[in-house]
Amino acid sequence: MAMIHFIKTDGEKISIDATPGSTVMEVAREHDLPMLAACGGSLACASCHVIVDEEWFEKLGELSEEEEDLLDTAHGLTHTSRLCCQIKVSDDIDGLVVNLTPME
Amino acid sequence: MNSNTHQPVSEPETHNSDIVIIGAGPVGLFSVFQCGMLGMSCQLVDALPTLGGQCAALYPEKPIYDIPAAPELDAAELIDRLEQQITPFAPVFHLNQQVTELERVDEHWELHTSTGKRLRAKAVIIAAGAGAFGPNRPPLQDIERYEGRHVHYLVSKREQFRDQRIVIAGGGDSAVDWALALVDVAAKIYVIHRRERFRAAPGSVDKMHALADAGKIELVIPYQLAGLEGDKNSTEDSTLRAVIVKHLDGAERRLEADHLLAFFGLASKLGPINNWNLGIHNGGITVEPTTCATELPGVYAVGDIAMYPHKLKLILTGFAEAAQAAHAAFAVVNPDKALHFQHSTTSGIPGLEK
Repeated sequence: MAMIHFIKTDGEKISIDATPGSTVMEVAREHDLPMLAACGGSLACASCHVIVDEEWFEKLGELSEEEEDLLDTAHGLTHTSRLCCQIKVSDDIDGLVVNLTPME
Repeated sequence: MNSNTHQPVSEPETHNSDIVIIGAGPVGLFSVFQCGMLGMSCQLVDALPTLGGQCAALYPEKPIYDIPAAPELDAAELIDRLEQQITPFAPVFHLNQQVTELERVDEHWELHTSTGKRLRAKAVIIAAGAGAFGPNRPPLQDIERYEGRHVHYLVSKREQFRDQRIVIAGGGDSAVDWALALVDVAAKIYVIHRRERFRAAPGSVDKMHALADAGKIELVIPYQLAGLEGDKNSTEDSTLRAVIVKHLDGAERRLEADHLLAFFGLASKLGPINNWNLGIHNGGITVEPTTCATELPGVYAVGDIAMYPHKLKLILTGFAEAAQAAHAAFAVVNPDKALHFQHSTTSGIPGLEK
């Protein structure tokens, strides 16, 4: 299991013990966190945009060109912006902190 | 289906049918089929100018593999086939407009669209996916005060920008192509993008870089939009003076400009649906899963927007929900008629010669 800490836009922290194999987007949706994830993880939108805590960003590895292209259409970007449908849950990311972005 | 076109001038154009379907994505289209098989007439509304919803707007060329009996199908092809499948039922399409209001009037539902039409039906099926597609608007404060005159999401006339100072934001073909098209028209062009790479035709990107080297276009990279600055003319509109942009490290720049062209593609938004007392939660409408009934009598929700425990957001699931909703709506549309269940192998397609 891997503990993932989601910080909502109002600052509330929600920690979820996630099962390896799913994506961080799926974990957020399963736990009813405010995230549109409109395309359902098919890399066709940017509505699961999250901001990863800096110390975690490098550990998550390189972004694919497709993910970078879609991030171009997101707003409120930072150097550690990610689409969380592209972050796989594994023991390696136990303790990951991601900040959710506004839904609309 | 009867359509009243002879209305007094003050009356909105009114269309009647048994069912109004909101959303012309795959599930909305298949809802026409299911309703049609039960003898119910349909009209469909969609914000996009074309049929297909997400299939058309987000991934027309992506293959889909989980449609039963279709091992591999492009999203665009799926929509073509659905359109063909519902043609016998002669649905009426109201495209390029959004349903702005849903209200109960006597024994029917009345819907108003953004182009001023009034649609009346006995039941409503909401197949709105993640919401209506529209331009992906940057979340800048007061941006709506500038839209139309100073902030643009699409451009039709180059001449409107003659001798104007323009900020173009985005990193795709629209941003690059308009920068090239306006370079000889505008007084000044800034192109704002969050990174060095543009996801546009390489030849066009090269041309843009050459123009930047020649001082004809100013590339502002890696920056993103941060705000708009202007003078208030009235309670509703403002005149743009400058676009505030922010480096990814935080430093701000103020670009004096008359226009902002924002090209971030399409985004979906629930918009007015939020105001219909449907108990929206995280972008979904809670339904009773065996009928897809919402909290409002005679209003059903199907496809990605319909939520219930263990919901699978698949086109496949949406198709089944369309059938559930159509059968449930039959009793609302035909309160005095028994539903005689028939398989399509027995009934055939009404109106289609075998």
